Amino acid sequence: MHEAHDVTVQTLPYLRFIVLFPLFGVLFNIFYASRLNRQSASIIGPGVVLLSFMLAVSAFFQLPDGGALVDNIFPWITSGNFHVDFALRVDALSAMMILVITGVGFLIHVYSTGYMAHDEDSARYFAYLNLFTAAMLLLVMGENLLLLFVGWEGVGLCSYLLIGFWYTDEEKASAGKKAFIVNRVGDAGFLLGLFLLFWSLGDNGVWTLSFTEIQANASVLSAGTVTAICLLLFIGATGKSAQIPLYVWLPDAMAGPTPVSALIHAATMVTAGIYMVARLHFLYSMSPTALGVIAYVGAGTAFFAATIALVQTDIKKVLAYSTVSQLGYMFLGLGVGAYSAGVFHLMTHAFFKALLFLGAGSVIHGMSDEQDIRKMGGLRDKMPTTYWTFAVACLAIAGVPFLSGFFSKDLILEEAYASPHGSGLLWLIGTIGAGMTAFYMFRLLFLTFWGETRADHEVAHHIHESPSAMTMPLVVLAVLSVIGGYFSLPHFLSAVFGEHHAAHVSFLVRYLPTLVGLGGIGLAYLLYVKEPHRAEQLSEQFAALHKLLLNKYSIDEMYEAVFVRPTLAASQWLWQVWDTLVIDGTVNGTAQTADTSASWLRLWQTGNVQNYALSFVCGAIAILGYYLW
Amino acid sequence: MVSAVVFLPLLGALYLLFIPSQQEEKIRQYALGTALLTFLISLGLLTGFDSDTADFQFVSQANWIEDFGIQYAVGIDGISLFLILLTTFLTPLVLLASWGDIHTRVKEYQFFFLLLETGMLGTFVATDLFLFYVFWEVMLIPMYFLIGIWGGPRRIYAAIKFLLYTMVGSLLMLIAIVYLAYLHNVQHAVVTFDLLRLYDVSIPLETQRWLFAAFALSFAIKIPLFPFHTWLPDAHVEAPTGGSVILAGVMLKMGTYGFLRFALPLFPNAALEATPLIMTLAVIGIVYGALVAMVQPDLKKLVAYSSVSHLGFVVLGMFAFNVQGTEGAIYQMLNHGLSTGALFLLVGIIYEQRHTRLISEYGGLWKQVPVYASIFLFVMLSSIGLPGLNGFVGEFLILLGTFKANTLAGVIAVSGVVLGAVYMLWMFQRVIFGPLTNAANQTLRDLNRREILIFVPILVLMLFMGLYPNPFLSRMEKSVEATLARIEQSSVVSTASVATPSSKEH
Repeated sequence: MHEAHDVTVQTLPYLRFIVLFPLFGVLFNIFYASRLNRQSASIIGPGVVLLSFMLAVSAFFQLPDGGALVDNIFPWITSGNFHVDFALRVDALSAMMILVITGVGFLIHVYSTGYMAHDEDSARYFAYLNLFTAAMLLLVMGENLLLLFVGWEGVGLCSYLLIGFWYTDEEKASAGKKAFIVNRVGDAGFLLGLFLLFWSLGDNGVWTLSFTEIQANASVLSAGTVTAICLLLFIGATGKSAQIPLYVWLPDAMAGPTPVSALIHAATMVTAGIYMVARLHFLYSMSPTALGVIAYVGAGTAFFAATIALVQTDIKKVLAYSTVSQLGYMFLGLGVGAYSAGVFHLMTHAFFKALLFLGAGSVIHGMSDEQDIRKMGGLRDKMPTTYWTFAVACLAIAGVPFLSGFFSKDLILEEAYASPHGSGLLWLIGTIGAGMTAFYMFRLLFLTFWGETRADHEVAHHIHESPSAMTMPLVVLAVLSVIGGYFSLPHFLSAVFGEHHAAHVSFLVRYLPTLVGLGGIGLAYLLYVKEPHRAEQLSEQFAALHKLLLNKYSIDEMYEAVFVRPTLAASQWLWQVWDTLVIDGTVNGTAQTADTSASWLRLWQTGNVQNYALSFVCGAIAILGYYLW
Repeated sequence: MVSAVVFLPLLGALYLLFIPSQQEEKIRQYALGTALLTFLISLGLLTGFDSDTADFQFVSQANWIEDFGIQYAVGIDGISLFLILLTTFLTPLVLLASWGDIHTRVKEYQFFFLLLETGMLGTFVATDLFLFYVFWEVMLIPMYFLIGIWGGPRRIYAAIKFLLYTMVGSLLMLIAIVYLAYLHNVQHAVVTFDLLRLYDVSIPLETQRWLFAAFALSFAIKIPLFPFHTWLPDAHVEAPTGGSVILAGVMLKMGTYGFLRFALPLFPNAALEATPLIMTLAVIGIVYGALVAMVQPDLKKLVAYSSVSHLGFVVLGMFAFNVQGTEGAIYQMLNHGLSTGALFLLVGIIYEQRHTRLISEYGGLWKQVPVYASIFLFVMLSSIGLPGLNGFVGEFLILLGTFKANTLAGVIAVSGVVLGAVYMLWMFQRVIFGPLTNAANQTLRDLNRREILIFVPILVLMLFMGLYPNPFLSRMEKSVEATLARIEQSSVVSTASVATPSSKEH
């Protein structure tokens, strides 16, 4: 493991502009585009992200081997021993993240110019999307934990605003609020972890929240403290990265415009928790307990969400649960100490899941806003580009050999088996999950694009391929989904995580997940193409299970009954009984008693106030007079 | 210079008396001009402030009632500096806001407001306890009239409740102040109310408890600390917009300021002893205020209960007795002044037009009044402590400090951050998002230039204080450290000196 002082660090003052360009876009869109020239938003919106991307590429090439680039902007908060700088730092991990954020982000901005072309509020849309990009960049470029938290909350805000972008719809606005509040629950854990980390280091004379300094001094912390810090911070990660038990906001977040689902709720923001754990890998490595918790929460979520995705009928809901599941795989990778494998999957997932969402958006666009896959079918011929790119993404996520998902998912599962933190059970859960992933993705593909159309005549008549602003990004992302596995990311990231040693596993362990994945594809073909009635029969045969999955295990209803309604009832009671009757009743009762028992008090209440005012004025004049004289 | 800042509003108020009531425009302009001039002069305090010393600066002193050692003594340190600026900053904005909703007895309204400003500023600058008490009481009167004359339907009830409640507390404080001066006379053979000299009085723990209790009660009512808060929702609901802004924005801070300036350094042993109790009340207030705010049907009541929650954070930070907690508490006083002040202004603007504050009467306002809604969003984000805006810095430092001092209190208080988002976002959704169903809202107009002019400085300051807090924190630092050192030191000294005689007694 590298120590902070061994690393080549180079100051690069233009790093700040990677964050500032999108912020400029925000100002432009709010103050100019939304009032004066709506069209300009669709040029400046993507344009500023492209500029950031170019700077990110330039920074990537200037990154010293095994080192980092820094840009100290100004001292941010200083209070006693507490001090944090507003400073940016880019190492291999951050460099990869900013390339994904600005690269995929730019494609999605371009796509949005087509998708949102008819929306009269497109300037507001691009303002939010630019703000999101800036906050996400800050999250991965901040050189300390508090700055990461600023980005962390900033992306949460943008998520809230964009989920509820079409705010006149009560349901969409509620989904945005739910996302923000569930995330805040996670953030409470994050803050407590940060406090514990700060004071525990401080007790040893180290006053810092800077990542490099924490890493250099982590050894002063006791094992128990590290476990507590890691678990508290991980609570934050379960919120932002939608893991059990805080995943519930993400499926609802699909209420937002589809490009937003692609950018924020698939490719970038939801990976913030992965990034945070990877960024603090040196702490997590000190706590086998924390790693174990992460691995099992990740594997559990991967499995659990995949089962729900098996039966959903809303195209975006399938993808949403798939995202929750894939994030679980990433945490599984981190949890067995294979940080580069987890981050590798983060990158490949960003390509193919963004592609899937954008493809879904293209379908929804072409189907006149229909999202129910039971009413689709037969889109293959009418939307060829969308179909082919979507199919590539399905192959990639299913782990078909030589596409990007194959490399990253296999790496995670091998490590889940072979790593000292791994186990056969984790591998098995992941492998079964891989089979389900392949099945639900191809079920989606077949139901949407194959067979005969099940749409109304009116809708079917209007089906059309999307404009090139939307299909171009699909093609680029499809190419990335194919070749993304060949970027030797684990090697590149070894500058951060230490040298990567390929796990030695048996033939079976290595290739069974792939075979199970192919089996899942085959099963989907059997049930939804070859003998479609069999799917119907199965769901009737296992009606109870089918219903349980369709209702998503009724977790939302349970949370509502356990947390939301009791809190509201208690609050009502506190207000109407406790506050009004008990406390205020006591106060007024005291006054009443005094009032009736001593009638002179009444005089004192009303008449004397004016006298009092008079004496005040005299007094004030006296002071003034005395002083001036 | 301090005296000029304090008494300029009073002079302006007196001048208003000579303008005929019919000339409302002229009265408004003069009042606003006075407040603006006061603000400009007060900026001199900022530029001339020396952040390397904990001593009072811009001191001026004169004998007032010599027989009792009562002085006119004023000065500023890092604790009061920004509270003074907050006062001079908010007053002109509030006067400007009153152009929209105050159309009766304009002259009296402006008069009382300027009077109020003098009272508030005096309270923050007084370094003589008797003088402090005088200003403290002076402040009540204009507010009493502001609520009682320009208030809502139950204004008389609310005004009297406000006055009586506050005065009960302050009477006890007066007795404690006099007793403190008496003790000084006994020990040093000099009658004085000078704060710096009263710091030297050594007080037995038993006596400290009583004196601290008297001060604490008075301040707790003002803050208001749970369970002394029930006057606040009534006062806010009935007060005119400007009254609410100043009440929440500045006057509530008198209580927290009083703790920091007087109750804690004067009676450190009793304060330390009472810390678990007060922290408990503060934590209850944070959670309780948030929960009760959540179910309020009335916008102003919601904001009022949110103040109970926010001020709970401030109290918590002060009783952490470390630099982060205390600086965070002062910072949060400023933040709350800005964000809650702005929230009341926003509520006032739609109230002016619709004459209702019921949340259920609104909904879907974004489409109708986009500028208003955007500003509302910004203010709400400041209020719930979004990083990058002012509220976060204060809340974060308070929680950081509290976590060190009392981990359990810190953990529970963090839940207040979650609940804060719940009630604010839910309210925002019901007022601003959703479809515009109520036809009465279709005639709402968006902000006019005057109103935008009121909000711009507030929003800019929110952003600035969120991104660049160090110019504020560095000016507080020395005074905060000195106050903490005084509490720590004298608590050690007097435990040693007090322990011996009291152990003899038993």
